[in-house]
Amino acid sequence: MPKTLFEKVWEAHTVRSLANGQTQLLVGTHLIHEVTSPQAFGMLRDLGLKVAFPQRTFATVDHIVPTDQVSEPYADPLADAMMKELRSNCRQFGITFFDRPSGKQGIVHIVGPEQGITQPGTTIACGDSHTSTHGAFGAIAFGIGTTQIRDVLATQTMALGALKVRRIHVEGKLRPGVYAKDVILHIIRTLGVNGGTGYAYEYGGSVFDRFTMEERMTVCNMSIEGGARAGYVNPDETTFTYLRGRPYAPKGAHWDAAVARWRAVASDPGCRYDDVVAIDAGEIAPTVTWGINPGQGISINENIPDPGKAVAADEKASIEEALAYMKLLPGAPIKGTKIDVAFLGSCTNGRLSDFQEVARFLKGRHVAPGVKAIAVPGSQGVGVLCVELGIDRIFREAGFEWREAGCSMCLAMNPDKLIGEQLCASSSNRNFKGRQGSPTGRTLLMSPVMVAAAAVTGAVADAREVFGVSAN
Amino acid sequence: MSLPKITRVAGPAVFVPGNDIDTDRIIPARFMKCVTFDGLGEFLFYDVRKNADGSDKAHPLNEPRYKGATVLVSGANFGCGSSREHAPQAIHKYGFKAVVAESFAEIFFGNCTTLGIPCLCAARADIARIAAAVEADPKTEVVLDVTAQEIRFAGQTIPASIRESARDALIHGRWDPIGELIEGLPTAKTLAAGLPYIAA
Repeated sequence: MPKTLFEKVWEAHTVRSLANGQTQLLVGTHLIHEVTSPQAFGMLRDLGLKVAFPQRTFATVDHIVPTDQVSEPYADPLADAMMKELRSNCRQFGITFFDRPSGKQGIVHIVGPEQGITQPGTTIACGDSHTSTHGAFGAIAFGIGTTQIRDVLATQTMALGALKVRRIHVEGKLRPGVYAKDVILHIIRTLGVNGGTGYAYEYGGSVFDRFTMEERMTVCNMSIEGGARAGYVNPDETTFTYLRGRPYAPKGAHWDAAVARWRAVASDPGCRYDDVVAIDAGEIAPTVTWGINPGQGISINENIPDPGKAVAADEKASIEEALAYMKLLPGAPIKGTKIDVAFLGSCTNGRLSDFQEVARFLKGRHVAPGVKAIAVPGSQGVGVLCVELGIDRIFREAGFEWREAGCSMCLAMNPDKLIGEQLCASSSNRNFKGRQGSPTGRTLLMSPVMVAAAAVTGAVADAREVFGVSAN
Repeated sequence: MSLPKITRVAGPAVFVPGNDIDTDRIIPARFMKCVTFDGLGEFLFYDVRKNADGSDKAHPLNEPRYKGATVLVSGANFGCGSSREHAPQAIHKYGFKAVVAESFAEIFFGNCTTLGIPCLCAARADIARIAAAVEADPKTEVVLDVTAQEIRFAGQTIPASIRESARDALIHGRWDPIGELIEGLPTAKTLAAGLPYIAA
């Protein structure tokens, strides 16, 4: 019987059924970072347990690292303590740690693919909801809580119920100036922030066939913002080409065998999906959020919703709550909204191609007066490539601060924070209240090129107009 | 490991209205700079409860009459966003023993269950009834019957639901799966040995 990739990977990793009906699922790759793992190691010690598969556990440090300081101790003693704790846990349990001196450090969801650790047909878990990113390779990747990190450390397995699979089919051609970020913001806007509950999203169609791995990662990354526990794209030649030669990718004869396995793990023609959603690529526009969840997005040329025109009482209340927080006017165009900060980076859009694409437009332009603009590569690897290609120089000359790798202002656990009610054009993934470090700070999510357009004009702008890209 | 069987939770409740309440709101990221979960309770809903100067904002949890509530009641898609277990830990350490909402985000739901915090879903109209009863008398005892999947309060009974695997785990005292997972470790090792990417 034809099967989906999800079914194949799930079956291949099923250890057994548990008493409550859940599955004990083998986790092939466990990624850990400094924020959600220390308590798990504490629980492990309390129970007198060891790490079952240290060779399948990989660590990096991303959330708390200052991006303007590499030397330790860090100015923030709490961040410094977390750093030391992770280092000592990795040493004690024999876990590979992509620490800052290694040159391989970065956001966990950028490091895994970059190192070739993320592979098709595998199961991946990490104590971070954006673990869905790794699904871009045809892996089934889950964000988990700290107690589950303990479970995976101790047994390399976790207890989980199977998910349904929704195929999201994006067919046609994206218009110029429309990016992977717009595709996922459009999907979330269409299906809702909890539309994916109970599902893994399988993204496909000609748009995904043409997408690079980095574009696929951007989409899979935000699956959780649509409520889906996991999201994936079937592996293909693009996937294999990306992985070939990476440090942890199979080598020699192992490579050919791996590619054969990876090909076979893709969803079979004629497989049954629990749901199918078709989206016309031509309908997707550059998208900007105006509210306090990632589903509250509109195209750049739409107006901010008016609660007075809302049909359902629920919708009215949520628009009112969002506008009260965002201090935006109902019915007004989003275009022209003044910004204070531009943030380019994060596990959604902190990869080489994101900086390359922006650099193309930023050359010869300058950040508007009064706008603080920061560019944070997602990994040290991305940073090095940007320097080699002269991209960092283009950003610096345009008035961006060029920083060291980390999560930075996506969630502001490091010193990069909004102040007061600052409004930030951000390439990150969440616009929740207070997300970027100020309890009253405001976030507008958009693609990196749209962030650049906002940075140089000082206001939310249509990047196609600012940079002279034909909309046809 | 012997765990208590969580068949019912009873106590006073507090209603925190709103849909899509995310885990950043439940516990802002800056309070996650810690290596234990101790003390997280005081930062629950911090930015919607406190002004910048530390004074109180209008929020149900700041109202003295709801002090001592052990059941948290809220709207749809509760706990969306970040997978941080700091959110259920903060809820638990604040003193809540259970959550009732119209629906829950999945990672949050799983994290709660593993900590032995039942998350029951109820219809919007029924949640409004709980809210009204609690508003009328904050001492109203709200009884969550996990086994029967119903909620009783002020002489009313409303239907509730919880995913069967979670209900089973709670009422049979196996909500923390570590013991079972360890039992399965030898089988897991055999399975892993047959998967080239793990065995290599």
